[in-house]
Amino acid sequence: MKPTPSQTVGPFFGYALPQAGGGDLAPAGHPDAVVIRGFVYDGAGDPVPDALLEFWQADPSGGLDGQPGSMRRDHVNGSFPGRDGVRFTGFARVATDADGHWAIRTLPPGATGPGRVPYISVCVFARGLLRHLYTRIYFEDSAADPLLASLEPGRRATLVAVAEPGGAHRIDIHLQGDRETVFLEFR
Amino acid sequence: MPDTQADIDREIADISTAVAKAVAGGEPEPEQPLRDYKPYRSTVLRHPHQPLILTEQADTELRGPVFGVTDVTELDRDLTRHGLGEPLGERITLTGRVLDRDGRPVRRQLVEVWQANAAGRYAHHRDQHPAPLDPNFTGTGRCLTDDEGRYSFTTIKPGAYPWRNHLNAWRPAHIHFSIFGTAFAQRLVTQMYFPNDPLFRHDPIFNSVPSEAARQRMIATYDHDLSSPELSLGYRWDIVLDGPSATWMEEGR
Repeated sequence: MKPTPSQTVGPFFGYALPQAGGGDLAPAGHPDAVVIRGFVYDGAGDPVPDALLEFWQADPSGGLDGQPGSMRRDHVNGSFPGRDGVRFTGFARVATDADGHWAIRTLPPGATGPGRVPYISVCVFARGLLRHLYTRIYFEDSAADPLLASLEPGRRATLVAVAEPGGAHRIDIHLQGDRETVFLEFR
Repeated sequence: MPDTQADIDREIADISTAVAKAVAGGEPEPEQPLRDYKPYRSTVLRHPHQPLILTEQADTELRGPVFGVTDVTELDRDLTRHGLGEPLGERITLTGRVLDRDGRPVRRQLVEVWQANAAGRYAHHRDQHPAPLDPNFTGTGRCLTDDEGRYSFTTIKPGAYPWRNHLNAWRPAHIHFSIFGTAFAQRLVTQMYFPNDPLFRHDPIFNSVPSEAARQRMIATYDHDLSSPELSLGYRWDIVLDGPSATWMEEGR
């Protein structure tokens, strides 16, 4: 069957799609929690204040079954109380701030099989993006990963988060330009 | 001088002609919008210049997040019942099925919608054009598909609204949809339009899909059997998710 075409998320998704605790994948107080953060930039190098990012990943043991509860609702008053603080759903969704910044707090993904290099899958939506874009966040530049191995070093670096003093991991998304992020397609 | 509607109409026509020529020359008919589509000015600095990398080995992207009864309430599908009173406007019921490219139903997955109110105003700080907000309408809804992949919403028909792409730019009435498949690589965010909108030919977002047949797949059908006596008008719109054919968990989901 022919697919339904994509259309932009537009500028007005902010009251509908992001929810409280959308970036808090890791259970509260979990000792292995890591913060991943960055900015989204356009082709002029300006921050993108109206992007929506989604993250999907394996759990720490490499499992890809996921769990419900990423957008948990209060069945008494319909509000969004955030996650239950226990179950790891594998999914996060955050909008960029007015300065283009975003952050999530998660548990490191495990390897999904022998010899596999763990990564987080990222989906980027924004005003001006008529089709969303997929990319990945790796934590190390490893020749064992076929995608990383297929890219020249400069482009490969756009997929690898850099550890910052203080413990966060930084990765910026450049939609266009000299430092353009590697975006992916699947068949 | 800001661009006029005539400028935009000309650009839309030029691209349409170029695509038709390419298709006549043997190129496949595009099923998706062009990422680099200048008539929609926001695309200019926001589309990648490098080709996308085809990724042969993927497992994470062939699976996806799951949602459940914890993530929705029964009230979420009825956007006319989120305030203390009734919203203004034309009440509609909207239903359809979410399918994959092989026609299999996408079961128990999340469908989210958001939209302007009957006057064409979004409940968003950045929308300040002079149309009234409706205190009884926030314009957001969600539901899980059933075992046949079916979704349904009750809402208000949204109004057309102005935007600043060019001088005197107006968007045709639409409802934004966000749909999850069983694979993250099937993710879809799109817009559903209403039949016979006179603004179609002037709208660069709608026309960013250069194939007429593909544009038709974004338009709901009026279905009298879905209308409820003295209550609402019915529309039907089926959704087919793009994405890799080799999705996991083909059985039981």
